[in-house]
Amino acid sequence: MNFSEVFKQTNQLCKVSPDGKYLATCVQYRLVVRDVSTLQILQLYTCLDQVSHMEWSSDSLFILCAMYNRGLVQVWSLEQPDWHCKIDEGSIGLVSSRWSPDGRHILNTTEFHLRVTVWSLCTKAVSYIKYPKACQKGIDFSRDGRYMALAERRDCKDYVCVFVCDDWHLLRHFETETQDLAGLEWSPNGCVLAVWDSCLEYKVLLYSLDGRLLSTYSAYEWSLGVKSVSWSPSSQFLAIGSYDEKVRILNHITWKKITQFEHPAIIDNTKATVYKEAEKRPGVGSDEMPLHNITMGATLFNTQSKYEICPLPVQIPVVKPDPDRASPKIGISVLAFSSDSRYLATKNDNMATAVWVWDMQKMSLEAVLEQTSAVRCFQWDPLRPRLALCAGNTKLYLWSPGGCVSVQVPTEGGFQVQSLNWHCSGDSLILLGKEQLCLCYMDTDQEDKFKGTRCRLLECSFFLSGLKHSQQTQHSS
Amino acid sequence: MGEWWTTETSMENYEISSISHVTMSPSRRNNLVSMYSFPLSKSSYSVISAFCTEDNIPQCISYINQELASLGLSSTCIEAISPGDTGLSTVPALNAMYELLQIHRRSMCNLEELEREQLRKSSTLEHIQMSNTRLKDQLELSIREKSGLHETERQLQLKIKTLQSCLKTEKDEVQKLQSVIASRASQYSHDAKRKEREAVKLKERLSQLLIDRKDKKLAIDVLNCLGRADGKRRHWKTTKATSSHEDEMYKSLLSDYEASQRSLMLENAELKKVLQQMKKEMMHILSPRQPSTRGATADDSQEQADLDGEAKGGDASRESLDQYCEHAREQLTNSIRQQWRKLRNHVERLDSQGTSQNQLESNKEVIPRETHEDEMERMRCEVQQCREFIHAQQQLLQQQLNTSFDDETAALLNDCYTLEEKERLKEEWRLFEEQKRNFERERKNFTEAAIRLGREKKAFEEDRASWLKNQFLNMTPFTHRRRYSSSDGQSALSISKSVASNGLNLTKITASLRVEYL
Repeated sequence: MNFSEVFKQTNQLCKVSPDGKYLATCVQYRLVVRDVSTLQILQLYTCLDQVSHMEWSSDSLFILCAMYNRGLVQVWSLEQPDWHCKIDEGSIGLVSSRWSPDGRHILNTTEFHLRVTVWSLCTKAVSYIKYPKACQKGIDFSRDGRYMALAERRDCKDYVCVFVCDDWHLLRHFETETQDLAGLEWSPNGCVLAVWDSCLEYKVLLYSLDGRLLSTYSAYEWSLGVKSVSWSPSSQFLAIGSYDEKVRILNHITWKKITQFEHPAIIDNTKATVYKEAEKRPGVGSDEMPLHNITMGATLFNTQSKYEICPLPVQIPVVKPDPDRASPKIGISVLAFSSDSRYLATKNDNMATAVWVWDMQKMSLEAVLEQTSAVRCFQWDPLRPRLALCAGNTKLYLWSPGGCVSVQVPTEGGFQVQSLNWHCSGDSLILLGKEQLCLCYMDTDQEDKFKGTRCRLLECSFFLSGLKHSQQTQHSS
Repeated sequence: MGEWWTTETSMENYEISSISHVTMSPSRRNNLVSMYSFPLSKSSYSVISAFCTEDNIPQCISYINQELASLGLSSTCIEAISPGDTGLSTVPALNAMYELLQIHRRSMCNLEELEREQLRKSSTLEHIQMSNTRLKDQLELSIREKSGLHETERQLQLKIKTLQSCLKTEKDEVQKLQSVIASRASQYSHDAKRKEREAVKLKERLSQLLIDRKDKKLAIDVLNCLGRADGKRRHWKTTKATSSHEDEMYKSLLSDYEASQRSLMLENAELKKVLQQMKKEMMHILSPRQPSTRGATADDSQEQADLDGEAKGGDASRESLDQYCEHAREQLTNSIRQQWRKLRNHVERLDSQGTSQNQLESNKEVIPRETHEDEMERMRCEVQQCREFIHAQQQLLQQQLNTSFDDETAALLNDCYTLEEKERLKEEWRLFEEQKRNFERERKNFTEAAIRLGREKKAFEEDRASWLKNQFLNMTPFTHRRRYSSSDGQSALSISKSVASNGLNLTKITASLRVEYL
């Protein structure tokens, strides 16, 4: 694994272009575009104010920079650096801004969600969409970019509008049976729209593309309901994570629950591997702390760590949430399917240090990763079944079916990894700290063979440790 | 009578006082005595003398005889020696005394026995009284306990009642709370709706105000318009366009449905195939056992008939039709279920047979299990060995790769390995050289042999030629042998030439042979 040097960024705004060639970062009011492989600065743009949101267009030719406090959106072109475009929403304000799937329209949501303005960069024409709903996820584009679903709230009732992204023609407008629609999401094949209610009521509705209600699913009443929803990339499964610390999986043929995954505090009676992060503290020696130790104080925080396989039963530390507050820190808040739909990674909010990996083929728990600090972010490799996670410390963690590894990010000054993003080719990771970013290049076959063998050895040893563990479990069983 | 009376009483008194044990024999006389409390005199002789005096001897005798008779000793009577004589006849008197003694002894024995009996009876009585009291105590105790238990039972019943009532109240409370929640929820939703309406009004007012303001107009400032992403021109918004959108949407939906239906059909076909296969196999498993099972009853024949029916139903030509016929599908699943049930019954029967029969008889079923277990053990050992092997391999691999970082030892190891290789190579080269030499030697031998052979052949040919010449010369009819010896010689020469040429030919041949041989 190679780590690049550290660059500055603000606001965690750092995105790779959809074609994977460029990396755009925002530093205060500047937009920096680099080449991904060499990290050389290719373009430098200056915006009018500090950038709140930055997004690449789908054809990787344009970048949108939105400044919410000024109500401005600026669009920059990569091919023609002197091309400029500025959209001023005026005093109506700006709350969110995004590209349309064709890369030629910009959708701005005004303050108080008064309306959604669709600006066309081809014709400078404007369209308005009224009564958009202010909710967790009110707008979603289908994966092929043809349709847009928008949640609407009119006369205290929820509606869903389906637009054709080609010419923004309203294709379907139907009422949903929700009390308070919290979000909607297209299935990856673009034929089914999942709509879910707010957490006060557990209700997930499935609508077909032409607006017919296919199915309703409600697991229980009265208690807090749905917290997160995710489609599997093959559109076969819909995973629903709820406040009762369970994930329920619906299948795409009957839309009925096929299984539920529970997250108990004591893990027992399972064939899963539990990886526990164990820190190897460097020996902090005697009372005479020589000067050079103090200057190298940063390295004291860079403690090495490795994973140990824990024998069952294992107890996961649980933090009980405050019952009086709204939106308690309990329940499944993050669900992520791997790209081949084989694995599902979940995180339970009251067990913030643990990440659970489920095998969708066997419908059972595959592995549990217990970290020393709360997990901040995890993401699957876009091509392989490999999960990268970070926990707000200086380490990067990777899990694959062969094993688990913890890598120290080798930077001076303690770079705390707050979030991460995979490159679309799965060859590199972008690690974002508070004000910094760093790229991590994964090992590929074209690289140094020695390093390759070493890393493959690492994989081998983890595979073997996994084998040992499976031996152990077989012996014990 | 009074005198009589007093003598009697004094005699009785004497009897009483002389006897050690005071036992009262119930007799009239004793009762009479008890009524009169006369002082008991202790002198014995004075009592006897009081009873019988010199003058009342016959009366005494008759009296004593009466007493003896009343005692049942009528046979012995006291007689006077002679009437009017004061002496008694000794024999009857002694007999009477003896009998009286016997009586006395008997009565003493009886008395002893009675006393013993009485003792025993009194002890048993005591014992019984004690046990009686004990049992009475126990009874009291148990009655007390019973009352105590009754008490506790009653209390527990009360407790149960209270708990049940508590439960009922809790349930009612829960119901109430649920209804409260429902009402509150509806209240909140109503309030939320009201607030939402207010907010919508505010928003509309706000948007009106904002849109109407003229100072800051929303605008877009683009350097130049961009082309469309796909390079095409923008279409007019017409009804045809909208309907085409609808068409596209329906097309995409339909294609998705078709794709899923195709995959489901494939899956269905696969599963049907599997089921058919299973059915055939189950039939196959069950059918050979039909003649061998004991007790072939109407059931078996029924099963046979069923199987025949199934076999007919399993026609390949019909299967494609079966796929689309729900009835046939049901039939297939029913038949599978039936076969499975039969198989399961059969297996259960075999199991029960195996456990109930003797070990010897059930060897046939036990041995497969044993062999199965042996096989399992063997396979486990194999797996263990393989694991150990893998472990050793991985250790070696680790070692090797670990030590590859250490230059010295790596070089040493490399040296060792290459040395070994070199040695082996040297050895092989040596062998190779040796073999080569051997081959060379043999070849030389062969060539020499061939050359020798050639020479010998040549010599032989020359000999042959000369012999033929001689023969021919001897054979010739020429008379002037000597004259024409030169011509002979010439002809001989010609002949010899020809022979020589023949010989030359022969040598050529042998040479070629030699060459060929080489």
